[in-house]
Amino acid sequence: MAYHTPLSQVEGLGSAHSGVEHFWRQRVSAAALVPLSCWLGFSMLNLVGASRDQVLAFLHAPVSAVLMVLFVIASVVHMQLGVQVVIEDYVHHDGKKIILLVLNKAFAWAVAAASLFAMYRIAL
Amino acid sequence: MADNAVRSGARQRPLSPHLQIYRWSPTMMTSIVHRATGVGLSIGLAGLAWWLMALASGPDAYATFGDLVFTWIGQFFVFGFVWSLCYHLLNGVRHLAWDFGYGFAPRFANRLSVAIIILSIVLAGGFYLDGLFLFGGT
Repeated sequence: MAYHTPLSQVEGLGSAHSGVEHFWRQRVSAAALVPLSCWLGFSMLNLVGASRDQVLAFLHAPVSAVLMVLFVIASVVHMQLGVQVVIEDYVHHDGKKIILLVLNKAFAWAVAAASLFAMYRIAL
Repeated sequence: MADNAVRSGARQRPLSPHLQIYRWSPTMMTSIVHRATGVGLSIGLAGLAWWLMALASGPDAYATFGDLVFTWIGQFFVFGFVWSLCYHLLNGVRHLAWDFGYGFAPRFANRLSVAIIILSIVLAGGFYLDGLFLFGGT
């Protein structure tokens, strides 16, 4: 603590230039994904061999549509946070790191947009 | 890191020991595999988005997606996705237990590491084979 400037102590930000939001978001999304992943796993098992119409009917049902949307949101958030840590750990060149971090966010948004738009078309 | 240090004229500081210095342990393996499966699952999520988009696009797009899934490389990705999800989920629950301070005793942590690897393979195999048998039936 002796090395901290008064400003950094007030901000509570370490070398990562951010606070504990990342840590908490990763844990909370992980906890949410425990039941959601189990639901997805067993739903997929039930859908094996199903025709397109049967799959559409399943995802059209309100409960499964909402759970699928929740799974997509929680997993995209968790994915973005996780891959960010991997990039920050292994890429030490600032320029490359920033580009990869932006691409990581773009990938997460693209996956979320595609999945959620498809769910909108399927469920409504 | 070394490049940046030289360029900015910083002092050459001692580095912490690299991975190959340490004796191999199951916990080390589960930690590495947790990262690898996490990165792998991001490809899986893109696959899920593709599946949903194909589903929403129409019968032709869905049939094309179905054909790709049944190639051997498609099956490799399907099994990889299923196993990664099983592993990352099981080991992820352990990570959450660690956050509450449980499960750090070395002997227990090593045994649980081995158990999680075996259980994830059994679980994924079960899911995968169950799926295949059902496919055969329809």
